[in-house]
Amino acid sequence: MDTSFAPEDLAFRDEVRAFFAEAYDAELQGRLASKDPKVFKQAVIDWQKRLHEKGWVAPNWPVEYGGTGWDATKQFIFESERAAAGVRDVVPFGLKMVGPVIYHFGNQQQKERFLPAILASDEWWCQGYSEPGSGSDLASLKTKAVRDGDDYVVTGAKIWTTYAQHADWIFCLVRTSSEGKKQEGISFLLIDMKSPGIKVNPIVSIDNHHSLNEVEFNDVRVPVANLIGEQDKGWTYAKALLAHERTTIAGVADSKRHLAMIRDYAASEVNGGKALLADPLFQTRMSDIEIELMALEFTELRVLASVAVGGAPGAESSMLKIKGTEVQQALQALEMEVAAYFQGVLPNELTPEQLGHGFGSKARQSFMYGRAATIYGGSNEVQKNIIAKAVLGL
Amino acid sequence: MNFDFTEEQVMLRDSVARFVQDDYDFDTRRRIAGSDEAMSRDNWRIFAELGWLSIPFAEEHGGFGGNAVDTMVVMEQLGKGLVLEPYFATVVLFGGLLQRGGSAAQLEHYLPQIIGGECLGAFAYLERQSRYELADVKTTATRMDGGYRLDGEKVVVFNGASADQLIVSARTSGAQSDEGGISLFLVPADAPGVERLDYRLMDGQRVANIVFSGVELAADALVGELDKGYELMQALVLEANVALAAEAVGIMELLNAKTVEYTKTRKQFGVAIGSFQALQHRMVDTFMAYEQTKSLLYRAVCAMTDDNEDAVTAIHALKVMVDRAGKLVFGEAIQMHGGMGLTDELDIGHYAKRLMMINTTFGNGDYHQEKFNALRYQQ
Ligand SMILES: Cc1cc2nc3c(=O)[nH]c(=O)nc-3n(C[C@H](O)[C@H](O)[C@H](O)COP(=O)(O)OP(=O)(O)OC[C@H]3O[C@@H](n4cnc5c(N)ncnc54)[C@H](O)[C@@H]3O)c2cc1C
Repeated sequence: MDTSFAPEDLAFRDEVRAFFAEAYDAELQGRLASKDPKVFKQAVIDWQKRLHEKGWVAPNWPVEYGGTGWDATKQFIFESERAAAGVRDVVPFGLKMVGPVIYHFGNQQQKERFLPAILASDEWWCQGYSEPGSGSDLASLKTKAVRDGDDYVVTGAKIWTTYAQHADWIFCLVRTSSEGKKQEGISFLLIDMKSPGIKVNPIVSIDNHHSLNEVEFNDVRVPVANLIGEQDKGWTYAKALLAHERTTIAGVADSKRHLAMIRDYAASEVNGGKALLADPLFQTRMSDIEIELMALEFTELRVLASVAVGGAPGAESSMLKIKGTEVQQALQALEMEVAAYFQGVLPNELTPEQLGHGFGSKARQSFMYGRAATIYGGSNEVQKNIIAKAVLGL
Repeated sequence: MNFDFTEEQVMLRDSVARFVQDDYDFDTRRRIAGSDEAMSRDNWRIFAELGWLSIPFAEEHGGFGGNAVDTMVVMEQLGKGLVLEPYFATVVLFGGLLQRGGSAAQLEHYLPQIIGGECLGAFAYLERQSRYELADVKTTATRMDGGYRLDGEKVVVFNGASADQLIVSARTSGAQSDEGGISLFLVPADAPGVERLDYRLMDGQRVANIVFSGVELAADALVGELDKGYELMQALVLEANVALAAEAVGIMELLNAKTVEYTKTRKQFGVAIGSFQALQHRMVDTFMAYEQTKSLLYRAVCAMTDDNEDAVTAIHALKVMVDRAGKLVFGEAIQMHGGMGLTDELDIGHYAKRLMMINTTFGNGDYHQEKFNALRYQQ
């Protein structure tokens, strides 16, 4: 039992810290905060390119595909430093989701065609799994791909597709067979968003932002060369990816930073003549969350340690997802309480000085969008079903 | 023992419910929220014609002479429609303060105008630093020849952008957080030296920060007694919290009903998601949370109408429960709607946002819990 860092890990930490301090500069941060979607998108790409130039854009990829080859400790340090510095995470769809599927299950041609552009952020990806009728019960999906010569012809609709409006490519689960178990007739297709027959309809979410979309497919022709692995085996590939998505979803490092921020806000809010942070009831609200987070940090380390020695992230990742999102939501709710009546403020033209408050609108946005964390990536109810079955044997 | 409404109260409830049902569907509400004033003056005229603007006011001024039950009945139904027109700001707050503290001349002048729908009012009491402490007042009213000079700033003033008349809390003596030394003043919103910066809140309200720079007020602008404004505010806020709780109860009832309905129709894994016990038990919890909140609401209203000394404790308890139960109800409503619950298009999120703003108005749950603790357990 030992969680202290070796000297070379400490040196690595300093290197990472110095890099973020320099590369994630104010000019970039300004563009990332832009309300103009085009400016925002370009800023994200620019940031990911900086990471790529440094060789750090894909910490979890194998070296042969352009990853870092870091061990679990280094990955942990990198992630902690990223969050502590308030640096945004990479857009997951290419780097964390479809990339690993391609290098695990794709053919040589697909690896050469797609991986370099993912690493360089030259192509933006989105995830086309959910459908209007298929959310938690993803395997019931109906979007059809019918073989026609060297193409599949795809018809149907995907929904909740994050950043489809920015995407060059979408990776989709489609139905290629309706025989046998519903999981067995699903295939994994890579589809060019510029293909004729694709229509993207925006969905505004309760944080008053547009990141979600509905994507319609009307007789979209997709080359068979864009099929990952074997036809009708897509579910297996997707499942491998889902487990992966869930280990990163705990968001411990980001929650630690959020907690520290809220503590600062609460220290400068004055409530009945004393700092809000000095209020015993507020302290209890906050420590309830911090204690969960302290435990979760070590739960995550325990899972990472077992993965490092070859254990597959299984039902444990469901626990990380549930606890991680509960902590995130509790922090978002607490920040709203600190913001008091300024929590409702929508984006406006007033300066913080005119408004009399600095973080109300940001707290609102993160609280409202944050409701999604217990719904996406497999809802928390579905995760509990998994734990009940796989861990408790119920 | 009787929890029945009078015939008049039933009529009042049905009249508001019918308006919400027939003339305030969610698309209409969305259109109004997006309009310049985030409210409809046509609707306000209708409210006046239907007599709703007269509910709490004395009959001698043309009012209906209603009590806390009548206001509760109206607010509960307005909540169900997420009605944006400034009933709370104008009738409950502005009118309520005048009714409690106004001079004969003020009552005679303003109440008929409120009742007739000709005067929109606002109560400007929050300051950027005050949080939930009503007594934390930096805005000053300085004595000068024949009146006062008002300087300072109020923030997040409900209906502040559209109001014709404001009642403003200002310090006339004492230190920043003293309960004594606060006075209330009637200020025309277009008086020289009044500057309004308006913006919108997530629940669709248009509010304003209002800066007062050397605003000159006549001596008769004072509402209630000099330096005694805190008592007046405190009494009003008790009433206002009950009105808000009634609105919240209406919203909770609706959120629960919509969620139960959705889980009966939404199918996953070949069955309605409402058939999963994991969800059923939680919907039972939200149902019970609503019923308990309604019980505390009735308890508080009964204590108020009986002028019972328990009223203050009951109102603190009520606001704590509105906070806790409200969060449970809207949280579950969003969660059980899945991705749909995250959309701006669906009404669920909008009800949630109104519940959240109710919780931040006149004290959040923790604020009232501390007040409750002080009343009940302080040695
Ligand atoms: C902000 C956001 C971003 C998203 N981004 C993407 C994306 O980029 N790509 C993509 O493909 N999808 C995305 N999704 C979709 C997401 O994966 C689905 O919303 C999720 O799978 C839930 O499906 P649903 O919305 O249809 O809800 P439903 O499946 O209809 O669930 C409704 C409720 O029922 C509960 N429930 C369902 N089954 C059970 C059960 N067996 N036992 C107990 N409770 C149950 C759920 O937990 C939920 O509370 C996103 C969603 C959101 C909210």
